[in-house]
Amino acid sequence: MRIENKLFNNTLYIAIYGELDEYTAVYTRNELDKLITQNEMKRVVVDLSELTFMDSTGVGIMIGRFKKLKAKNIPIFIANPSKTVDKIFTMTGLYEIMPKIG
Amino acid sequence: MKVDNEMILTIPALSKNESFARSAVAAFAVEMDPSLEEINDIKTAVCEAVTNSIVHGYDRQEGFITIRAKIMGKTLHIEISDNGVGINDISKARQPYFTTKPEEERTGMGFTVMETFMDSLEVAPNENGGVKVIMRKTIKG
Repeated sequence: MRIENKLFNNTLYIAIYGELDEYTAVYTRNELDKLITQNEMKRVVVDLSELTFMDSTGVGIMIGRFKKLKAKNIPIFIANPSKTVDKIFTMTGLYEIMPKIG
Repeated sequence: MKVDNEMILTIPALSKNESFARSAVAAFAVEMDPSLEEINDIKTAVCEAVTNSIVHGYDRQEGFITIRAKIMGKTLHIEISDNGVGINDISKARQPYFTTKPEEERTGMGFTVMETFMDSLEVAPNENGGVKVIMRKTIKG
């Protein structure tokens, strides 16, 4: 599990690499929270092209970050999910709060 | 129906074993010639059940999880059981968004994911206490 980021044009781009489950949940949650509190941005785009696995634990983490950003009126978007991750996002209704772009 | 192949795996209820558990079942199912999507469905469903045992069943304390899988023709049978605290109201637990740990950012979507990604799901008390989750999926390849 590895998380990279880049701030460009008021947009915080976050890329998540690896598998997101109960084992990697704490690291992922802490890293994402660090990034969204340390940066000044108008929107967040999470690139999931290198996220090879995610279950409902990951969904909970994404909803938690959405709530934190929503409190600051910062929208969050999802880019490049794999077919499997896309399925999880669709069935749990996650795209309704963090739209897919790109 | 004839059992073509079978596996039994018992592992400590540690979150680091989730990746191993789902990969082991996926590797076992490979002889059925599943599509990549089917493999990922199986991995996700197995991971949800194992997470339930770790987080709810054992509350992250010590315990063991047993995974049994069988190939019967085109159907993969998976049984995941623990000897944890069990589930008081199974039909309530199966409802979407029901969670015993809302303070932990849990979604309560685990059983819904298993139901969606597999063809059938049964949740029952385990004979020795705890929970037994039985899932089936017909592999189309």
